[in-house]
Parts: sequence; structure tokens; C-alpha cells
Amino acid sequence: MQKKANIKELIVISGKGGTGKTSLLGAFASLAKDKVLCDADVDAADLYLILEPDIQERHDFQEGHTAEIDPDKCTECGLCRKLCRFHAISSEFIVDPIDCEGCGVCVYFCPEDAINFPVKTCGELFVSETRCGPMAHARLGIAEDNSGKLVTLTRKHANDLAHKRDLNLILTDGPPGVACPVIASIAGATGVLIVTEPTLSGHHDMDRVVELANHFQIPAFVCINKYDLNVEMTETIEAYAQDKGVPVMGRIPFDPLFTRAMVEKQTIIEYDGSSNAAQAVKEIWERLESRL
Amino acid sequence: MIISIASGKGGTGKTTIATNLAVALDTDVNLLDCDVEEPNDHIFIQPEITRTEKVSLKVPQVDMNRCNLCGKCQEICQFQAIVVVGKTTLTFPELCHSCGGCMEVCPENAITEIDREMGIFEAGSRDGLEFAYGRLFVGQVMAVPVIERVRKAIQPNKVNIIDAPPGTSCPVISSVKDTDFLILVTEPTPFGLNDLKLAVGMVKILNIPYGIVINRSDLGDNKVMEYANEENIPILMEIPFDRQIAENYSKGNLLVKELPEWKERFIHLYEDVVKYAKKS
Repeated sequence: MQKKANIKELIVISGKGGTGKTSLLGAFASLAKDKVLCDADVDAADLYLILEPDIQERHDFQEGHTAEIDPDKCTECGLCRKLCRFHAISSEFIVDPIDCEGCGVCVYFCPEDAINFPVKTCGELFVSETRCGPMAHARLGIAEDNSGKLVTLTRKHANDLAHKRDLNLILTDGPPGVACPVIASIAGATGVLIVTEPTLSGHHDMDRVVELANHFQIPAFVCINKYDLNVEMTETIEAYAQDKGVPVMGRIPFDPLFTRAMVEKQTIIEYDGSSNAAQAVKEIWERLESRL
Repeated sequence: MIISIASGKGGTGKTTIATNLAVALDTDVNLLDCDVEEPNDHIFIQPEITRTEKVSLKVPQVDMNRCNLCGKCQEICQFQAIVVVGKTTLTFPELCHSCGGCMEVCPENAITEIDREMGIFEAGSRDGLEFAYGRLFVGQVMAVPVIERVRKAIQPNKVNIIDAPPGTSCPVISSVKDTDFLILVTEPTPFGLNDLKLAVGMVKILNIPYGIVINRSDLGDNKVMEYANEENIPILMEIPFDRQIAENYSKGNLLVKELPEWKERFIHLYEDVVKYAKKS
């Protein structure tokens, strides 16, 4: 990714879903100055629900192809069914678009040229204005493929926005997991903040994203959300992170205020900036900012 | 019978539902964790693993003594996984979808396939409960081949419970397709509702009967409930926020074992699932 040397990009990830990535990123959006926001969780994009973006630009996201058999040309010779490794062609010679991998092998070998191979529109990309700054975000079509490419493209739009507006910081909300979309969302980032929770699952999943960040040599930081649901586990996770050389940025208490803020379409800072939860988030942001 | 558990939004409680349902039932159950990026069910089940296999994908290997650099492989490959550069043909195994097109098209028979390892499949049991899961190696991009390996462990004569990954894209589809009933786990928040609607969109495309479980049902608003009523989606269970539940989850404990009243509730959930699955 082409990047101006002084543009910094922080990605919030978690491994495990539902640890509070988006609520935390929303709070950072209220705290940080001069930044671009980016929602790279294209499969379940939620940041827009808090920031209510005013959409300025829409772009179709076109990627990959799906095979379609033309029944008028098809002689039902069966070669396509023999070659298709994804069992996407029925005995009636109809392609199941969900099973079709878009490999084009059937298209290439069909002796009758009976298979069309149109480009798929599998999502939409937006460039918006929000009360917290400009934002790049996207929506992957339901049951679609290629989320990694849409993530890369969304981040590119965020980067372009940073260049155009002369902003030096990009705050990106990442997807859960460790595979394609996450790898696409952290590649080339300045740093990742891993949001975890004090549960055995949270610990297990954090271990895997720490490994992922190390694999791609991206500096990682960690914070523990809802830390007071199991203080002992919080301490175990912090010790583990220290041991792995991942600096701990802080703890956030369990607080239904986060949910109430979300219902009111506000960040926790906007909803109740003097609450303990908001103070904890502020401290985490200050520590992070000084290290980026 | 195959019941899958999915959610759209992550962290809503798929693992809680899948593991507790599996343990609560007195019938023969086979629990399959298809969230191969972040599998968690084994933490709660603590299975004795009796089978471990590598999961691999067939990727091309080019014999340069035979390759005439014609470039037909590059032309057919939709994923830029094989490219002719100067006097050599390079492969990029991590981009390969294993369609076999390059091997098929090569006029010199210069391409064979080798296994590229991408994850682990493990199976075992615990107190009569059969269990299988997959683990994608960290750094690998494609989860679907590992998910498909886990799905091969479906046993037609048992109640199969599939724990799917979050989201609505390809890994979720591979996990839940061709199942008899889908339980969508959600929470009554704006994020929960937004992602529930996406998940419902997916279920409609796949045409699977479904119902929802509302977790932490007292933290948030009424919009999920209103949506379910408008769309006539059965609400199978509501689980209020309870520190005791959260603490047990954090330690890897099963609700049905720690708080016995939940065993009945999960058996009841299963009976409802069977009822709704039959209706459709």
C-alpha cells in the first residue's frame, strides 16, 4: 500500500468476536484529533450505527466471476461437471452461484462456448463525512466472497482520504478471526490493538492474533475489556502479554453504559465522558497515542 | 439431524449455545466446531482427542524440464496463483484455490499437484459426546478447506450440532449449508440487530428453517424483539445477563453443569428446534 511516511494506521482487532472493538474504536474517534476513520469489518460493518455517516461517494465493489450455462448452447456433454472440483454444476446443468468458486475451468474447456462468466458485484464501498471526521466503509454482499479484497480497497480509500485532507492518522475497525479479512486488514499497519476479554476463549483467541501480528511483524498492543468479570483471568492474560512482549494498554470495566451509549448512537465519551468506563478508555487512548 | 449455530455478529454466544445444547441432550450427539479461525468449543468440552489429521489443499508444482513457458496455466488461473516470469513458471500456493485448471490445460503435462498444509483436524469424545473441530494455521488465508474437513465428520444417525464462525460470508456458508435448522444467536443492541438482519438475509438465500436466541436479553432495547415479531421469526430462548453466567463462561464452565436449571431449558430448546424443523 502506497503510504505517506507520516500517516499512521491503527487497527483494532480481537480474534474473538464481540469483545468491544467497535465501541472502543468509536470512543477513540471521539478522542483523537485530525484522523480518518475506516471500518474494515466489511462482513458485519457496525461503526456506521454510531457515527451515522453522511455518504458522499458510493462505489460498486466488483470482484471475481460466476459461471452461467446458456441452456440454448449447452449439449449436456458433461465435461464441465467432470472438471468442476466444487460440485457447483447440477445434473440439469445449472450452476449453483453459492458453490461456484469462479475458477473458470468450465468456461475455458466447454466445447460449445456455452458458459458465460460475468463479473460479480459483491459489495459496495462508501466515502463519508461523520461528526468525528471523514470515514471509508463498505458493505460486503450477503453470502459473498472476496472480503479480503474489499478490506484492502476500503483501507486504500481511507489512505487516499488521509492524503487528500492532510491527516496523519487512520483509525481502523478490524474484523474478528485470523484468516483472509483480518490479514488484509492488518497488512502494512503501524500497529494493532488487540481487544480481549478475561475468559478462556478470549485468552485462547488473543494468543492466535498475537501470533498473527508477529507473523506479519506488526507491533501489537493489548487491552482487556470487562476486566472485572474475572480479575484472575485478567491478570493471567496481562502476564501472558508481557511475556510475549505485547505491551498492555489498560483495563476497561464491565459497564452497561457501553450498551446504552450504543442504543443512543453515541460513543461512550459522548454519552458519559466522566464515567469510570470512559476514563479507562481515555487512559488507554493516551498510552496508545504516545506509542504510535 | 443437523443443527447449526450462527450469528452475524461475533461474541453473541454461539459457543455457549452449541456446547450447552450438546451436553444437555441425552441422545447421541456429535458436536462440530467449524469456527476454525478461533475454535473455542474444545475449551468447554475438554474432549479426549483420538484422531489428529493435517488438512491440506492440492496446489500445482511445475516440472521446468517439461514446461515450454506457453503461459496457458497463467491464462486460465483466475487467482494469479501461477505466473510465467522470464524463463520460469512461478506458483503462489497461498493464492491457489485448487481448481486444477492449470494442470488440466498444460499441453506438456508439466504440472502435478502437491499437498499444502493449512490446518489441523481433530476428533475425539467426552462422556459419550462425539466431538470434532478444525484449526486453521495462523498466517493462512483460506478457512473453507478446513471447515469442509470438519463437516465430513457429520454422522447421519446422530444429532449433529455445528458451531459456525461469525459473519455472513463464505466460511459461514460452508459451515451451515445443507443443515436442517439454524439457530441465530443475537443480542438486543443496535449492532446485534444490524448483524442479525444480515444473517437472516443469508438464511433466506440458503433456505434453511431458523429461529433466534437472544442473549443478554435485558441489556439493550426492544428492537430485536420487534424485528422478530414483524418477520415472524420464532424466539427460541432468552438468556438474561447474569454475572454468574459470565463468570462461568470465563472459566470454561458449562452452564448446564454449573446451574442445573439450564439443562431443562436446553432440552426444551432442542424440542422446539425439532418442532420447527419438522413444520417447514
